[in-house]
Amino acid sequence: MNDVSKRMLVGLAVAAAMVIPALSQESHIGDLTGNAAAGKKHYRRYCIGCHGPLGDGNGENAQWIDPKPRDFTAATFKCRSTPTGTLPTDQDLYNAISRGFTNSNMPHWDSLTPQTRADLVAYIKTFSDRWKTEKSGTPIAIPPETPVTIQSISHGYELFEKLECWKCHGQQGRGDGPSASTLTDSKDNPIRPYNFAAGREDSRFKCGVTNQDIYKIFMTGVDGTPMPSFADTIQPNDAWDLVHFLRTLQVERPSKENEVLKAAGGKIPKPADTKSEIPVQNSEKSSGGQ
Amino acid sequence: MQTKQIFTGLVLSLVCPALTFGGTVSGKVTYTGTPAKQKTIDMSKEPSCQKQYTTPPTTETVVTGPGNVLENVVVYVSAGAPDEKSAPTQAVTFTQKGCRYLPHVLVMETGQELKVLNDDQTSHNIHPLAKINREWNKSQPPGSPPIVDKFDKEEFISVKCNIHPWMHGYFAVLKTSHYSVTGDSGTFSLPNLPPGKYTITAWQEDYGPMTQDVTITGNETKNVDFTFKAKPY
Repeated sequence: MNDVSKRMLVGLAVAAAMVIPALSQESHIGDLTGNAAAGKKHYRRYCIGCHGPLGDGNGENAQWIDPKPRDFTAATFKCRSTPTGTLPTDQDLYNAISRGFTNSNMPHWDSLTPQTRADLVAYIKTFSDRWKTEKSGTPIAIPPETPVTIQSISHGYELFEKLECWKCHGQQGRGDGPSASTLTDSKDNPIRPYNFAAGREDSRFKCGVTNQDIYKIFMTGVDGTPMPSFADTIQPNDAWDLVHFLRTLQVERPSKENEVLKAAGGKIPKPADTKSEIPVQNSEKSSGGQ
Repeated sequence: MQTKQIFTGLVLSLVCPALTFGGTVSGKVTYTGTPAKQKTIDMSKEPSCQKQYTTPPTTETVVTGPGNVLENVVVYVSAGAPDEKSAPTQAVTFTQKGCRYLPHVLVMETGQELKVLNDDQTSHNIHPLAKINREWNKSQPPGSPPIVDKFDKEEFISVKCNIHPWMHGYFAVLKTSHYSVTGDSGTFSLPNLPPGKYTITAWQEDYGPMTQDVTITGNETKNVDFTFKAKPY
């Protein structure tokens, strides 16, 4: 073998040694095992336009869209079941791909087969070395939901005031609080707080639609954004009260919580130690009694 | 003569270890040119903090002192020092008071415990924008217990509160215990350095790092000054 082909062989071997460990990354979601090498093909077909060849969110579409595509090299993810600052589980990433992100350019990819989505999860994990050195966080324990009662909603309102959620989200949750206009995400792009009162009957959150999803949002924080984790300050049962109150801010969305509120006269009983006004439920779906 | 030299050498080698506490690198950090004017902070959106000040405070990206010195500059040994065997057991404290961070630049070692306190009557969220370490974001209402965490890798981390956008600070997470932060005299001192070659780095949050090499042979004091070029904006 002459010198040139010897060097080529060595070069190939080195390249293979670098690529193979990364592409041996796997994902485990339920019974599915995803494989990064298979995921790479799919990434280059479906994802690369926004998320970019390097997975850093700088695809050629990125300049035209807002919010910007996720930068996988930072390994910071919004929607997790794990505490703030920790890596999400494979299931979290799978759910994110399947569900998409409402009010953003990330579509819901449930048109892809579950195996494809699992392969994509495995490939996405190759963009950051954090996945090699750190394990996923431990999912937070979510106690069973407490009953929806007017007392629960009232206590949730008390928490909303005390924890000063309104500073960003506004007193009626319309995303118009005093600090809302200056919020920036961790890449210094302007970002707006969630507006509970907008949206239609589904009123989706970026991280899901169920009460459990809301619970996880404020108990794990939305990493990479101004939304912090309240896990250190709210007790799990109190968290359900807050969830129930937040549902009443979604005035356009029919819910058990809105029914309970309507049955109680459309007014939240004023908690003992709050001085601020009770938010006015101004949807025609809630009855009078103001 | 040879025996005399050997005898002197023996005596010195017996006496000197007792005297060698290590060398010291000390100096001053100054600037040339005109630094950017610091802006007055408008805290009207947070009256509970605004009322704590008789005159509104200013931003602290470049803090200067008399004699053109720079404050809040982290000066540390970036190369040449032996690795620390373990992190200090004493925690460092970062306090939110008057809707500002005290200190503005907090130095800690990798693995050292950090305690964040909220002394204000408003909620803050503590959001270290780490890129090498993990980025996390936690809410801290008034009256909460301290938030405790630590960082494992060396990094200068920008810290902010999203609720109060004027709040900015830095965590300087270092691998070494040989560091000093300049105060209003602009001076620093790095004692207890065994003989060897060292790289000393001075870091200012707006101007970035500057380095100089220095060699310690015994327990002398070497003078190393840093002069940053101020940027007008």
